[in-house]
Amino acid sequence: MSDLTNRTAAELADDLASGEVTSREVVDAYLARIAAVDGVDADGDVWPAKPAAALRSDEPHAYLAVTAAAARAHADDVDARRAAGAPLGPLAGVPVAVKDILTTRGVATTCGSRMLEGWLPPYDATVTRQLAAADLVVLGKTNMDEFAMGSSTESSAFGPTRNPWDLDRVPGGSSGGSAAAVAARLAPLAIGTDTGGSIRQPAAFTGLVGAKPTYGTVSRYGLVAFASSLDQAGPFARTVEDAARLHTVIAGHDPRDSTSVDAPLPDLTARLEDGVDGMRLGVIRELAGDGVDAGVGAVLREALERLAGLGAEIVDVSLPHAGYALPAYYLIAPSEASSNLARFDGVRYGNRVDAASAEEMNAATREAGFGAEVKRRIMIGTHALSSGYYDAYYLQASKVRTLIAADFRTAFDDVDALISPTAPSVAFRLGENVDDPLAMYLNDVATVPASLAGIPAISVPAGVADDGAGGRLPVGVQVMAPLLGDDVMYRVARALEAATAFDPTPRGARAVAVGEVTR
Amino acid sequence: MALPPDEVRHVARLARLALTDDEVAELAPQLSRILAYAEHVGEVAADDVEPTTHPFAPADVTRPDERRPSLSRDDVLAAAPQVEDHRFAVPRIVSQEG
Repeated sequence: MSDLTNRTAAELADDLASGEVTSREVVDAYLARIAAVDGVDADGDVWPAKPAAALRSDEPHAYLAVTAAAARAHADDVDARRAAGAPLGPLAGVPVAVKDILTTRGVATTCGSRMLEGWLPPYDATVTRQLAAADLVVLGKTNMDEFAMGSSTESSAFGPTRNPWDLDRVPGGSSGGSAAAVAARLAPLAIGTDTGGSIRQPAAFTGLVGAKPTYGTVSRYGLVAFASSLDQAGPFARTVEDAARLHTVIAGHDPRDSTSVDAPLPDLTARLEDGVDGMRLGVIRELAGDGVDAGVGAVLREALERLAGLGAEIVDVSLPHAGYALPAYYLIAPSEASSNLARFDGVRYGNRVDAASAEEMNAATREAGFGAEVKRRIMIGTHALSSGYYDAYYLQASKVRTLIAADFRTAFDDVDALISPTAPSVAFRLGENVDDPLAMYLNDVATVPASLAGIPAISVPAGVADDGAGGRLPVGVQVMAPLLGDDVMYRVARALEAATAFDPTPRGARAVAVGEVTR
Repeated sequence: MALPPDEVRHVARLARLALTDDEVAELAPQLSRILAYAEHVGEVAADDVEPTTHPFAPADVTRPDERRPSLSRDDVLAAAPQVEDHRFAVPRIVSQEG
């Protein structure tokens, strides 16, 4: 049954519906592979994160916790209801991994931070509930940069995740655990969250499809807040169709999220195969030239030629303010983070360091509970919001946001969708950027414009490029569509995928073994 | 702008972070570089540009004022670092001499 872990979610859904396999068989195959590949013995229920000393350089470390007993029980329940002829959702019985930023009632939710180590949330996030209502079976919680602040998953307090294509490289971040889980066949689907690129960049680095929905169309209730005006949950999958199907499960208006948009969502799969013949696709000049590695640029050009070959008209488009998106993002996101993370005060939940006064207790707790990158962003944000600086920083950045949104509106008057590289390079080595925060931030240069405008954006694997050491690593191409144009985004992505025939199987000297694995 | 170490300590106090001297020494040049980069936002967007905080600019959101189940007190207090008499317990905030 080991080949079960190589099937797409759509294939598994068909096999489950036809009775060829049971959900329990699928879940057991994944738990066995998680035990063999990620080194998590999956016989019990919920695991605390492995101690750093137990981490191995030949394991991706995708999961922080595996909920094996709950997953088996849920799978058995789905199988029983299917056998009884009960109506089930289209993905019922298919496993999914969930980034450890979404609350799960009674199951550890750490956000990659010591601050929340041991916390058992008293409620489920709306996304968690939607997955359960659709009978997707949650396998566990995935590793991430601490409080989603990072582009490599190296800032997790519980140790880094490694890229399944090359275990000496990062999987991107902040949703690196979710990306590694799907790429290494430790889950067919995963939920990530994207604030400035945290789904799209790891998808690009690991050869996956990863989408950030239109802001406000997926509930943030129970998503531990980083930058509230930007955070969105979204899908990781090995195919565009799988991503669109998972996205469909988690989309929808939620009265519990005051920023949730009460607008009808287009059907994301109905026109998936309609192609791009006659569409106008714009290449963003400012994001496709300087600063993009040669190998990434070559894959982008090939992708554009394929899309043109399918009948799309490729046009050059300018976003005049694109160069100001990253500076604006690195004021807005830390400012909102400094406000959101004020809740970690050692009083109501999370950990505490005792001290004589309340203020000293707050400061000692936060000093001990937060890692270096989180402190850095809290400091930037606190400074940017402090008296005398607010107008020059946060307010000015919010005005730049208006200009960027207007740039996109102008562009979409002329084209159906926009194209750029997802990240300026292939996956970099562990440790390569940790001493230079600004170099790390530059990873987000092509993903933050869509974040600031709130528009939907997806990364599609479009080829491989030289890693500079004799190997080949995946390259992602980003497709952006207008607000609520998530269906258009998937349609263009599917056309590119079909024309590319990218094989999402990790390969290379330091790749995770795919197929039957024993240890 | 450059952030001198004393300013870093001031911001840390506002942020309730008990930074060590080593952290202050490391953060001062890092924050200065990051802020110098971020200050590019000042080159565009004149006074007549309205700020954006949500792509749909929603109106105030309201809901019917009706009773709904909430989290149980015991569930919530179970997550607290310290509890006394069914309440969150914290170190003294106001001195007795006041």
